[in-house]
Amino acid sequence: MPFATTLAVNDQRLAAIAQQDARKDRAFAWLTGLAAWSVFFTLLATIGTMFWGGREAFSTFGFGFITSSTWDPVNLQFGAFVPIYGTLVTSVIALVIAVPISFGIAVFLTELAPSWMRRPVGTAIELLAGIPSIVYGMWGLFVLVPFLGEHVFPWVDANLGQLWLIGPVFRGPPLGVGMGTAGLVLAIMVIPFIASVLREVFLSVPSQLKESAYALGSTTTEVVWHIVLPYTRSASIGAIFLGLGRALGETMAVTFVLGNSFNFSPSLLDPGTSITATIANEFAEASISPLYESSLIALAFVLFMVVLAVLIPAKLMLRQLAKRAGT
Amino acid sequence: MSANSGQVAQSDSARQISKADFAERRYRKRKIINGVMLTLSAAAALFGLFWLGWILWTTLGKGAAAMSLSLFTEMTPPPGVESGGLANAIFGSMLICALGTAMGAPIGVAAGVYLAEYANHTKRGEAIRFINDILLSAPSIVLGLFVYGLLVKPFGGYSAIAGSVALALIIIPVVVRTTDEMLKLVPTQMREAALSLGIPLWKMNIQILARAAWPGILTGILLGVARISGETAPLLFTALGNQYWSTDLTAPMANLPKVINDFAMSPFEYWNSLAWAGAFLITLFVLALSLIARTLSAPKKADL
Repeated sequence: MPFATTLAVNDQRLAAIAQQDARKDRAFAWLTGLAAWSVFFTLLATIGTMFWGGREAFSTFGFGFITSSTWDPVNLQFGAFVPIYGTLVTSVIALVIAVPISFGIAVFLTELAPSWMRRPVGTAIELLAGIPSIVYGMWGLFVLVPFLGEHVFPWVDANLGQLWLIGPVFRGPPLGVGMGTAGLVLAIMVIPFIASVLREVFLSVPSQLKESAYALGSTTTEVVWHIVLPYTRSASIGAIFLGLGRALGETMAVTFVLGNSFNFSPSLLDPGTSITATIANEFAEASISPLYESSLIALAFVLFMVVLAVLIPAKLMLRQLAKRAGT
Repeated sequence: MSANSGQVAQSDSARQISKADFAERRYRKRKIINGVMLTLSAAAALFGLFWLGWILWTTLGKGAAAMSLSLFTEMTPPPGVESGGLANAIFGSMLICALGTAMGAPIGVAAGVYLAEYANHTKRGEAIRFINDILLSAPSIVLGLFVYGLLVKPFGGYSAIAGSVALALIIIPVVVRTTDEMLKLVPTQMREAALSLGIPLWKMNIQILARAAWPGILTGILLGVARISGETAPLLFTALGNQYWSTDLTAPMANLPKVINDFAMSPFEYWNSLAWAGAFLITLFVLALSLIARTLSAPKKADL
């Protein structure tokens, strides 16, 4: 009898432990799930907060908030055309410069460089991608602005500025600050970023494909053009879009070198402003008027929408490659 | 007849020569194109690295010139004063970053565990993963404004804790991503072995999987810390800055990025040199942290 009792007691104890474990299991799953969904809700809440904060500006100015170029904090008239234009133009300049160079770096690192060089240089590029943007901004302000103002912009103004049709884009005072400078700093900042993503993308091409093409007598250029690029097409575009998203939302690298001017000018040599620079520069003063603050938050909402419109296709295209690679 | 066939033979060989010539020319053309393209690619790489090298050179040179012991012992100076350091800003930055990491890393690890162990190959898992990827690349200035609307405005003022929350929001996606990826690398057999011994899921996650994936997870956290330690934009709307030493989490607190931002834009040369010193410190810290993270485990990118 004592033996059976022990068994029964044991059974009871085991059942209690199992029950406890089941409870802990549920709690653990619930806690981790909560953390995961909090990520989801952070994004929704951010969009919601930006929209709610900007509602006063949207309802006051309506569609004119985006199309009007009057930004007048004194009379509380806010039209965001100039900052929006500045954000788009600087980002486009950045991409025009950065995409071919990042492409060159990625090809160099995956196809050209001797193998002892690939890893260290690849790591260096990734490290550079992690340097805080304020360092790029400071370098732009203290090194690039004086250099461009003294040596490059006067030449651009004198030569390109006189050309028919495109002249106005290159005409202006040689201040050194301006849209062109901001675009250049942004380009330098996104180069390591795009290059390291592109490198990763290029590395995912199965070596059998490349080796077959080489065996048939293809040159390196032909392998890149006919094998690597078609295989990674959507992911490469995704990498570029990712860089664009980064350039659009970048704050510190452009704030220093844009010149903070709300006068619209087509010239790349004239000072301008961007969405992020406007918010960073004026937010401290904006608390004087709810409409002012609301306008700045509305700007952030516009920026976020644009960035989302760029990021979502970018991530989808990068994801396609990951699926094909079977990871 | 014979003359005719001779002619044919002649034209045949001529054709052969022209064919060989054609192939040769085509081959040469391909080689030239290849040479030009490869030179361009190498030149592009060199051009890109040149700018980056220039930036590093300037930062290290100007920063090293501004290094001194007083940086770490004295407070940020008021306008016009030709002495002072960054002690309060360095302390504030470290505190805000540490708090942000302490808040963000556990949430990130938990969310990563959920994605890899509970929601892998499910629709909701994919959705959260996608949202996390978006958040990873979201502009930090927008997240800063979000925290401003969440914590600063309703509670009546800028505070160090709001800055930490903003940084936590930035570090979370990085940690989620790496934890998720690292757990996926743990062999399935390990899970099966654990479960077949009757180990409950939660214990398996904490005592077996987390231990196996630990170096990778730590790498993710370190890369996240490297990322938030230089973030400037979100701190402008949350922690703001403080000229003095402050340990009050509910009040504005000095921090390096904000000090760099203010001092770099100022007309005072001494302030500028302090800004360079700050940029130097942050750059060094970020580079060192990234290198440590890389040696800790196989490099795994967190921002693809």
